[in-house]
Amino acid sequence: MLAMFFWAFIIGGLICVIGQLLFDVAKLTPGHTLSLLVVVGAVLDGFGLYEPLTDFAGAGATIPITSFGNSLVHGALQDADKHGIIGVLTGMFQVTSSGISAAIIFGFIGALVFKPKG
Amino acid sequence: MASKEKNKNMTLQQRNYQQLQQKHEIKRPIVKNCLKAFLVGGIICVIGQAVTYFYIYFFNFTEQSAGNPTVATMVFLSMIFTGIGVYDRIGQFGGAGSAVPVTGFGNAVISAAIEHRTEGFVLGVGGNMFKLAGSVILFGVFSAFVVALVKTLLVIWGVL
Repeated sequence: MLAMFFWAFIIGGLICVIGQLLFDVAKLTPGHTLSLLVVVGAVLDGFGLYEPLTDFAGAGATIPITSFGNSLVHGALQDADKHGIIGVLTGMFQVTSSGISAAIIFGFIGALVFKPKG
Repeated sequence: MASKEKNKNMTLQQRNYQQLQQKHEIKRPIVKNCLKAFLVGGIICVIGQAVTYFYIYFFNFTEQSAGNPTVATMVFLSMIFTGIGVYDRIGQFGGAGSAVPVTGFGNAVISAAIEHRTEGFVLGVGGNMFKLAGSVILFGVFSAFVVALVKTLLVIWGVL
């Protein structure tokens, strides 16, 4: 269990360092960087490389935004197994639902509760 | 590439100014920034790991399925920290370390929602909520669509 915390720290940290390098060296805006990382996550899952990383690093791989692309592909492929090509559309948000729903719901609650500062 | 294109169309004065500006541009402390990003990003992932174990032990999730409630919880935490104004401070210190984890995605949605609240709930909050995070969803969904489609077709055609 402690090893899992350790690897979550290392892998999660390294993914963030990649993001920071894209900020500082490639001079990308945060929007471009995050979009790029999501696409990378999707492509990695296409080759079946993201799941081993999740097994190995746990939250170190599921918390960075790359896992968003990974779970989109995952949901799409799961449904494609069952229903063929139409499953790519129907399954897309199956796994990611919690992240998007949470962002929308908590975003709205946040807007109701908190007042803008500055 | 784009900058070279731009260079050609500039007058001599503009080019000189750009050189001068580049000479005086403050060098970004890359190593220091990376260390900070590593530290902050790592800590956020460790918190995420603790939340994952919480769901595994108390709500009977498996290691595979615990990722979903974990992401939702992290977004919830980022709402609290964004609302009380702490996440911005973390962002100033951690750079990509706070932007790359899913909490950064949550922060982008939630801060946009809070910021545009004065313009009303429908046009302000509703219309601007995904202003920053929308590109992540767009490119995520589109690339996932292409990847999944290609892989499914390959399976159907018997290549894989």
